[in-house]
Amino acid sequence: MTQLALVIDLNVCVGCHACVTSCKEWNTSGQAGPLTDFNPYGADPTGTFFNRVQTFEVGEFPNTETVHFPKSCLHCEEPPCVPVCPTGASYKRKEDGIVLVDYDKCIGCKYCSWACPYGAREIDEQQKVMKKCTLCVDRIYDQSLPEIDRKPACVKACPTSARLFGDVHDPDSEVSKAIRESGGYQLMPEWGTQPANHYLPRRKTQLRIFDDELVRADNPLKIEGRLPKPAKSEPSLDDVTSW
Amino acid sequence: MHPAFSVIFLTTLIGVGQGLFLALFTVESYAAFDLLPKQASRFYALGSLVALGFLVAGLIASFFHLGHPERAWRSAAKWRTSWLSREVIVLPAFMGAVFLYGAAHFGGFNPVLATLPSGAPVNVTAILGVAGTALAFALFICTGMIYACLRFLQEWHTPLTVINYILLGGASGFVLTTALAAFAAPGVAGFLGGWAIILTTLAFIGRAAALLRNARLRPKSTLRTAIGVKHPRIVQKAQGAMGGSFNTREFFHGRTAGFLRQVKWVFLLMAFILPLGLLAGGFAAAAFVAQYLGLLAERWFFFAQANHPQNLYYQAVS
Repeated sequence: MTQLALVIDLNVCVGCHACVTSCKEWNTSGQAGPLTDFNPYGADPTGTFFNRVQTFEVGEFPNTETVHFPKSCLHCEEPPCVPVCPTGASYKRKEDGIVLVDYDKCIGCKYCSWACPYGAREIDEQQKVMKKCTLCVDRIYDQSLPEIDRKPACVKACPTSARLFGDVHDPDSEVSKAIRESGGYQLMPEWGTQPANHYLPRRKTQLRIFDDELVRADNPLKIEGRLPKPAKSEPSLDDVTSW
Repeated sequence: MHPAFSVIFLTTLIGVGQGLFLALFTVESYAAFDLLPKQASRFYALGSLVALGFLVAGLIASFFHLGHPERAWRSAAKWRTSWLSREVIVLPAFMGAVFLYGAAHFGGFNPVLATLPSGAPVNVTAILGVAGTALAFALFICTGMIYACLRFLQEWHTPLTVINYILLGGASGFVLTTALAAFAAPGVAGFLGGWAIILTTLAFIGRAAALLRNARLRPKSTLRTAIGVKHPRIVQKAQGAMGGSFNTREFFHGRTAGFLRQVKWVFLLMAFILPLGLLAGGFAAAAFVAQYLGLLAERWFFFAQANHPQNLYYQAVS
């Protein structure tokens, strides 16, 4: 069974919000639109977004790290928002695991948003229906687009390739490999929602060099020649000439 | 959570209606076994009319919660999985039972259908009353479970939520019935007043138990699990929007902790202590008014106290 999802690499995300604007542009003018804004240029702007990038500071100065955290619907494998919907407007597609809202059935009771621990659903204050990330369902199957463009708008927009898209149930997919090999994790695992979207942790690349790698301990018979002179323990030319 | 007045009125008003109906049928059941003096049908018809009025008012209030009230009929679809859908089905069914019960009393249509071995007659209204009682409890359970089933709203995810909906609704209904009986059926006013005091006391105990439980809760989710970074000190620096969003409006009550504490004391006083004193003094109508206002505060507090884990993502604007 297919479960499409995003894998977001927090090690690579620079917090540029390109995914936010790209998502908004595609979806406000697409099948899921409009994503209504109110007072967009005024003092108190507000609006509907499928995707937001938040920023957190981890640690205490000077040992701090900035973590940019893109946040959208996680398309849970056990979505708590779906069974609570009284009308069936909120549903999870069997064929690809995308959680969607049928805007024509939604009565705008907001109960599903209460049932989502991630706050991934936002009501459209103009259309009065619940909206959420569709994984660009109107784009990823569009045969009129070149195959390389059949990806969610946020994935296409990311300048650092922090966002991967694919089937997390296919062990050979790019996303499954990333989750497996780079320590992919889920958000709030304590609720058993099994989010399909995964995050890759911040990583530090370090090179460890051991002493024996510097003195060629693996060449005991000196077949290739002599050990370097001066030896590591002897004074070097600098040591000799500096006094 | 942000307390929505539509839901506050819905849950308190239908609670009164349910409790009132339960009180009426309690009186009729006792009277059927000659434990209380028989009452005129007029009392039951009047009581049913008042109960129906509260239920209709609650139903009207609920529509103000919906973005698309004209589609409300769709919400009966998913009764297999959704407690909200079940409530949408049970509420009209209960209203129908109350209407038939009241109509049977008003029209005097009350033939004896069977006789119990003890000799007590089983009337049409007894059958309707039993059905209505079952539906009243089903409605209490549905209403309570709408909140109790949300496992990550830890303040609500407890059997006490359902128990308190039953006790608070039952108490307010019995207090109102006591007030009605004071002029429509004085013979049973003392009996109803006694039960009103018992139920209000039980509701006080239940609500106090929930308050104590919630005061000791430790949130399961933290910023660490919310963003998956294992560090004891994480501070939000930006939430992705400067001007607020649905997430900052729907899940925060927007008041101070001090205001919340005041509301708590107000509802403990208004919904329990004051009505108990007024009932003991024989002022049932005043007791009902005080208790209903107290229950509005109680329900406001019920919503405001619930801390949604999504709030972890909305700690700081920038």
